[in-house]
Amino acid sequence: MTLMQGSAVRSFVVARIASGLVSILFISFLVFLGTALLPGDAATAMLGQEATPELVESLRQALGLDQPLLIRYLDWLWDALHGDFGVSLSNGQPAMAMLLPRLENSLILAFSAAVIVLPLAISIGLFAAIKKGRPFDTMSGLVSALFLSMPSFMIGYVLIYVFAVEFRLFPAVSSVRASTSLTGWVWALTLPVLTLVLVAQSHVLKVTRAAVLGVMGSDYILMAETKGIPRIRIILLHALPNALSSIVSICMITMAHLIVDVVVIEAVFSYPGMGKLMVDAVAYRDIPVVQACGVLFSAIFVVLNMLADLLGVLVNPRQRLPRRGA
Amino acid sequence: MTTPPILRIENLRVESRKSVLLDDVSITLAKGEVLGIIGESGAGKSTLALSSMLLMRPGCRVTAGSVELCGQPLIGLPQAALEQIRRTRVAYVAQSAAAAFNPFYRLETQITELPALSSRLGRTERHRMAAALFEELQLPDPETFGKRYPHQVSGGQLQRAMIAMALINKPELIIFDEPTTALDVTTQIEVLQLIRKIVREHDCAALYVSHDLAVVAQMADRVLVMRHGKMVEEGPTRQLVDSPQTEYARQLVSNRGHHGYAEHRGEDTPILDIRNVTAAYGAVTAVDNVSMAMAPGEVLALVGESGSGKTSLARCVAGLQTVRSGTITLQGAPLPPLVEQRSFEQRRLVQYIHQLPDLALNPRQTLREIIGRPLSFFHKLSGARREQRLAELMEAIELPVSYLDRYPSALSGGQKQRICIARSLAAEPKVLICDEITSALDPLVEESIVLLLSRLIRDENLAILFITHNLGLAARFSHNVAVMQHGKLAEFGPTAEVFETPQSAYARTLMEAVPQLDEGWLDSRRRA
Repeated sequence: MTLMQGSAVRSFVVARIASGLVSILFISFLVFLGTALLPGDAATAMLGQEATPELVESLRQALGLDQPLLIRYLDWLWDALHGDFGVSLSNGQPAMAMLLPRLENSLILAFSAAVIVLPLAISIGLFAAIKKGRPFDTMSGLVSALFLSMPSFMIGYVLIYVFAVEFRLFPAVSSVRASTSLTGWVWALTLPVLTLVLVAQSHVLKVTRAAVLGVMGSDYILMAETKGIPRIRIILLHALPNALSSIVSICMITMAHLIVDVVVIEAVFSYPGMGKLMVDAVAYRDIPVVQACGVLFSAIFVVLNMLADLLGVLVNPRQRLPRRGA
Repeated sequence: MTTPPILRIENLRVESRKSVLLDDVSITLAKGEVLGIIGESGAGKSTLALSSMLLMRPGCRVTAGSVELCGQPLIGLPQAALEQIRRTRVAYVAQSAAAAFNPFYRLETQITELPALSSRLGRTERHRMAAALFEELQLPDPETFGKRYPHQVSGGQLQRAMIAMALINKPELIIFDEPTTALDVTTQIEVLQLIRKIVREHDCAALYVSHDLAVVAQMADRVLVMRHGKMVEEGPTRQLVDSPQTEYARQLVSNRGHHGYAEHRGEDTPILDIRNVTAAYGAVTAVDNVSMAMAPGEVLALVGESGSGKTSLARCVAGLQTVRSGTITLQGAPLPPLVEQRSFEQRRLVQYIHQLPDLALNPRQTLREIIGRPLSFFHKLSGARREQRLAELMEAIELPVSYLDRYPSALSGGQKQRICIARSLAAEPKVLICDEITSALDPLVEESIVLLLSRLIRDENLAILFITHNLGLAARFSHNVAVMQHGKLAEFGPTAEVFETPQSAYARTLMEAVPQLDEGWLDSRRRA
């Protein structure tokens, strides 16, 4: 049997993907507008100390900066759609070429955190639901809320202070390069990943717990109990699948947030990822790199949110299948 | 040599943290016997039913007594042993099949879960078992029925599927917990006949829980009446129905008995005239060319199954739903379709009372604010005159004036519905729309609300549009009846005529499906 039946689902999927693409397009305009509004344009920034009004003007013409904003945006968008975000103003390399290895590093960081935090938080949330009101439930809720209420950079600095400065177990600065060995990667990534895990766990844990508890109060769970189904089977096979759509959604949204948190955490640990590249690019007014980073970050964010909505619907038979019909 | 009874509960006491749910309850149930348990909501019926497999809701526990199933004492058994007994000896059929099936799995998967768990039967073997049961329960396409998800089949079919699930392990005891309460009467009678047949043919014992005495009278050999967690009366069904010993049981029986029809004393000039009204939600026609009229001092009962367009028609009268074609006339003047376009006076004259008083009353307002609002809005009353009117209204609904400073949460369900009535009366309407206002209430509370309304019709010369799916209530209370089916008017006429000599086939089917107390009524019905 195919996963998708009925035109209602198909049109939902099409509509959701279309609205995602429109969002990305709109964001690209906002990113372009934002960088255009930065004080001092690229010409001033490139010339630096040597900027005389005549030189600036001629460079502006050469760069096309004297054109109206909308024209410049459309030009830029046309190139960007072909994968060309222009040339870095600081070292003359194509912005995409600078960005891709950094993106890889960021994704490694974010996905390492996701691979750890999602199963961990779901399990703890599930267990807290089973042990509702018991010490495990209270304690996990308390610890989870504690890390939720701390800013991510502060968690990072506290971990650096404890594990890097006091106990000297892990490096304070996570510098890696392509040639770094696997153990080197693990060693360098431990603290930033741990920080991200602590930052991201809370929502997944709470949503899992609440979703499972909500389902456990329903009539079909009572029905399963009257059938004499063992408790562990009730939780895993009767309750969990029905809580799945909220859990899948929160997982996707959490991954989107991880991508954003990476920007801050990379700065804290001086990790050579896309976030750090973007922060540095803003500082140097390296506009093409800022634009490329901005668009890429938002595209990832929008796509993950879109997946959250799509999966949330597709794991639910009531929304996936039409009301009547075999 | 006597074989032990299937179920023996002795002096059982179940407590939650706050209250006693069951107090000193004893029942025995022999093979092939059906025990009916009847009582109002909160009487402990379901708690008792679930106690027979020692399943307690969270926070509840047994504090005294014993439960023995097939000779095996259950109290003190470890969880795994209890689960084993629940898997093999006893089955449960819940009230709302729509909620009791897991929406995530296909019906067949759920129905054959137990055999899959215990004997590791193959897929085809399980499919064969399920299909045979679907066949026995007269479900359509028994071969493919199990491939559907719960949301893909109708309520009556789902209830039968749940009975199939109960039968899959050939239990010795089946607990039916209000199995037909959520169904329409014509569907109910089919399911009732099926349950009777199943219990007889499988020769198992059954507990049948219901708040409807007529249904229990048809299903059970013996009846237990419960109230506030205690046994009120127990005896063979006929004896309990024909000569109840306790006052409470007497009330229950007389409430179900036939009282004759309400005397018609309405005036001739209609106050509300509905002519060829059609209303639709998008492409779906909810009300299709319906005409009826009602006079002051008259109760017009609007009956029909769920989805027949009763509430849609009422919403048209109230101006909450646009009329696509046709007219509604109030006191000779046509009513604009939407409430916003109606005059102040027209709005005052038509008042609406909803099914669930809990949702219709603002929990943050005192009764004084709730009832006082229409007084100041429609009649510009304030100060002492408002207070005096409030006192009169409280008297009219037979509640103490001192309640005016209470919040809705401090009232019972019946009292809340009285407050809703008082709020409508405060506007001094001519037409009162009552949308299933007693269906959430227990029978005796329902009776008191109906008595109150009967008095108000006399005192205030009201015309009441009384929507209900309870045909017995419509017969006792109304002067005229309108029967609706699929948005169309199937029949309209004086109550006695419609009930005694229904002209349309649908009205006849509907009237004949209302459960009666008479012995053998169910078996005399045409086989479904």
